[in-house]
Amino acid sequence: MTRVRRWLPGLLLVTPSIVAVAVFVYGLLGWNLKVAMTDQHDEISQGSFVGLENFTAIWDQERWGISVRHAIVFTVVFVGGALVLGWLLAFLMEKGIRGESGFRAVYLFPMAVSFIATGVVWRWLMNSGTGERAVGLNSLFHYLGLDFLQWQWFRDPDWGMAAMAIPAIWQMSGYVMALFLAGFRGVPDELRESARVDGCGEWQVYRHIVLPMLRPVTLSALIILGHISLKVFDLIVAVSGKQIITDVPAIFMWTAVFDSHDPAKGATIASYIVISVAVFVVPYLVWNARKGKRS
Amino acid sequence: MRRRWLAAVAVSVAGLLTLTACGGSDDKAAGGGQSGQKKVEVFSWWTGPGEADGLKAMREIFEKGNPGFTFYDAAVAGGSGDQARALLSSKLQANQPPDTFQGHAGAELQGYIKAGKLEPLNFLYDELKLKDVLPQELIDQISVQGQVYSVPVNIHRSNVLWFNPSVLKAAGISEAPKTIDEFIADLGKVKKTGKIPLSIGSQWTAVHLLESVMLGSLGTDAYNELWTANADWSGANVTKALENFKTILSYAGTPQEDWQPAAKQVADGEAAFNIMGDWAYGYFHNPPDGGLGKQSKTDFDWAASPGTDGTFMWLSDSFTLPKGAPNRDGAVAWLKVAASKEGQDAFNPKKGSIPARKDADKSLYQDYLAWDLDQWASAKLAGSIQHGVVANDAWRTAINDAVGLFQQDQDVAKFQQALIAAAKNSGQ
Repeated sequence: MTRVRRWLPGLLLVTPSIVAVAVFVYGLLGWNLKVAMTDQHDEISQGSFVGLENFTAIWDQERWGISVRHAIVFTVVFVGGALVLGWLLAFLMEKGIRGESGFRAVYLFPMAVSFIATGVVWRWLMNSGTGERAVGLNSLFHYLGLDFLQWQWFRDPDWGMAAMAIPAIWQMSGYVMALFLAGFRGVPDELRESARVDGCGEWQVYRHIVLPMLRPVTLSALIILGHISLKVFDLIVAVSGKQIITDVPAIFMWTAVFDSHDPAKGATIASYIVISVAVFVVPYLVWNARKGKRS
Repeated sequence: MRRRWLAAVAVSVAGLLTLTACGGSDDKAAGGGQSGQKKVEVFSWWTGPGEADGLKAMREIFEKGNPGFTFYDAAVAGGSGDQARALLSSKLQANQPPDTFQGHAGAELQGYIKAGKLEPLNFLYDELKLKDVLPQELIDQISVQGQVYSVPVNIHRSNVLWFNPSVLKAAGISEAPKTIDEFIADLGKVKKTGKIPLSIGSQWTAVHLLESVMLGSLGTDAYNELWTANADWSGANVTKALENFKTILSYAGTPQEDWQPAAKQVADGEAAFNIMGDWAYGYFHNPPDGGLGKQSKTDFDWAASPGTDGTFMWLSDSFTLPKGAPNRDGAVAWLKVAASKEGQDAFNPKKGSIPARKDADKSLYQDYLAWDLDQWASAKLAGSIQHGVVANDAWRTAINDAVGLFQQDQDVAKFQQALIAAAKNSGQ
């Protein structure tokens, strides 16, 4: 009886979430995968099992290649940009700036804004008009006499997706800063002291002591940003809508399901998104589990 | 110890309640109209200025004539109904249809028809003698194997060329271009003055431009044939039309966010031409609250888009009768109002469109709408691509993709191949 008393309340507490997660996450994931392996290309037919045919056929579509390329460019620029900027902000904070908590709040605020609101504002800021018709950032460049910086932003055929990453960097770098700041604070002063006693310069202290100790934080930040980036939908819809020029897999999925009425294709794209996120997350979980065992 | 138990039970019960609550609320919504006055749920995407007023005017007529029913407005915001249609399709799949819903008349409804979600409305057409008051060509173009599935409330025109008279004058152009070749020549003239020859918005406005250019290049009969069983998308005339599209697109300014900023460039005198549906008229003309407050004929002017004079490329909002509508009688009563002269004349002047019926009260329609109504009565009809008349959703989406890709690479041969494939795979 006493043993039951020990584990039953805990189990009762988590049962609703276990049930909800089992049904709404794993159940629906499984269902999605099942639909992706059928030829149900309209909403009426039942569809029969075709294995991985949809997964290979989609690579023949030009739009899919473009959206994958866009997702990669966006991810690289966004994750890289947010990590570097976040690290830099944390580094400056850590140097003991005056009014630190004020700055911290200011940098963290963008995270409280939804991607939709960010997108609406940045759509205007990144207006592609140049010269006489410049608005937003382009007109700011004009007033500063920096006309050569004016460009098409997200309408640029080659680097448009890099521009699209800017609002995302703006929004998430404060969060990365908070993560790194906690990481910096977690490095014991004694370690730095002893390094200095051993003759390390300030730079070497960072290179050999602080940075290696920030590795777990960097990894978490990478994973959090990476999965946001691969699933990005709301920001792009708010900035440019459903256009090929800024197409990403999540938007392609939306058009496949709701415009083309092709459930199998939509489910295939959804599966690819899950797989790509898993590529990020699973190694992290494995690494975490191993570390847990070791300690 | 007891405290921990209590907390655990409380939390898990609360969790279970939230889980079940999702299921419960839907039942209530569906069954709520059973007692007392019967509720009629009308699903639309008319929430903007003008259109919402028009819906309200029709609602008043409905409530006056049907004291036994209450009108329930289930409008979902979002331009051109993207969000509304996504919600609608999940409702229909779950077999929880609204009593009646708005849809573009024509091929857009095909998916629902094939899935057996809609009741044919021939009985209503016979009862109200609608075949006598709606243009025969319209009824032909919205019939599927002799059955009609929706009641058109209004008509919009897609092939309208909007232009700024003073910009044209400055470029030495005396009147609106009549043919595609004249149009291309005029675009060149405007370009020399430094103004934007043709303003354009996001990707869908390019598809809108494509349909007008194709109609103008191919002619009405060849265009209409593209949507029939003996269509030939690989023909030389289609290639020529796409070449024209490419040339015209090369004169387009930087794409704007949507159709409004593109239309505004014309109103502001930054651009000369814009091809957009006639909803642009309300935007140009209405007072600054929802429009630009411009004077027609002086600040902006219009003509049939080049090469399409005498043809009305139409699109229409219509209402349907879903199978299994919870309140079928109420829905039929609503459809009767939507089909009536009184209902259409109340709705359309507010929405800025014209009635589908030929017997409308002409004095209610001024300025552009008077011209529009006149054309509707006499012109040949062709259906719009982008607005769901001639191509079903899958086909329309494939055309949209092809246009989006073409905007990037400007490859006409590849574009035509994509359009051929789109026609073949549409399943229409």
